[in-house]
Amino acid sequence: MNNIQSQTVSQKDQEVAPELGGLALAPRADGPGAAAILAAGIGVFTLGLLTTLAVISASLKGFLEDFQGSVGVGSLAGKTTVAVVAWLVAWAGLAFAWKGKNPNVRRIFLVALVLIVLGIIGTFPPFFEAFE
Amino acid sequence: MNLGYRETWTVVHGLLLGTLFLLAFTGVLASLWGLRPGRLTAAGIKERIRILYVGAWVMATTAIGTVLTGTWIVYPWYREKLAKIGESAYAGCAGSVLPSATCSPRDFLLSNTSGSTESWHTFGMEWKEHVTWIAPILAVAAAFLITYYGPRLIARRWLRMVVIVMFVCAFAAAVVGGAFGAFLTKIAPVI
Repeated sequence: MNNIQSQTVSQKDQEVAPELGGLALAPRADGPGAAAILAAGIGVFTLGLLTTLAVISASLKGFLEDFQGSVGVGSLAGKTTVAVVAWLVAWAGLAFAWKGKNPNVRRIFLVALVLIVLGIIGTFPPFFEAFE
Repeated sequence: MNLGYRETWTVVHGLLLGTLFLLAFTGVLASLWGLRPGRLTAAGIKERIRILYVGAWVMATTAIGTVLTGTWIVYPWYREKLAKIGESAYAGCAGSVLPSATCSPRDFLLSNTSGSTESWHTFGMEWKEHVTWIAPILAVAAAFLITYYGPRLIARRWLRMVVIVMFVCAFAAAVVGGAFGAFLTKIAPVI
């Protein structure tokens, strides 16, 4: 089923851009690409969420500060470490779940875009300082 | 004409890695924009894609290097608490016109000892230190998409736009960090 879909995608590609025919490209499923897109959105959202939650919760801020060791980075150490771990774990999980599949990339990108915008808002000082 | 240890790291963080990231962005954006049907021969596509791979991964790698050096090397020097004497949090900054051994850049900005400088920290630095971490996440994802799809992006206009949007967002995050970094270095340098 997935192979048939991939072949169809490949044929469509060559109809749009006949010059690709000379490159003998193997078909590619959209699953891994969609996983990368959504995982990036999850990573950015996690960063924004933690930035805001660290202002609201002193115990969370303390937990995030524990990531700094003796370096003196403060809670930024935990916010960024947890966000990066969330991003990479989400990427691996989604890539596994969508391996060889063709999910709707447009819809997934729109979801990721919403997460990215929310993440950026979460890192914006006038927003998170409103919770102080 | 020489640079101290801390100044050298601020140059590596902001000037070398940061500038390389911004330069690579220009090349990647132009290459992606021109990756359209009917524009290139098969040989031209191969060459363009090779340049795109290099540019995209240079962006991703330099974005990672910039945030790692910024967060784990330069930032701790910026936020040291040096100025507290007794009950006064910023006594060490009294009369200062620049940060010093008794007044870190953060102390200096928050003390308002040299004009109204507090918001450079509460808005500028606070936003910069968080938002710049978005750049490597999006740049790595976009570089992966370019590597995974390669020439297939030519036929997939929508997917090409997705990659461009991700790179532009990564660039915007880096610009916020770079611009505030430049201003902060001028007002309260890490020395």
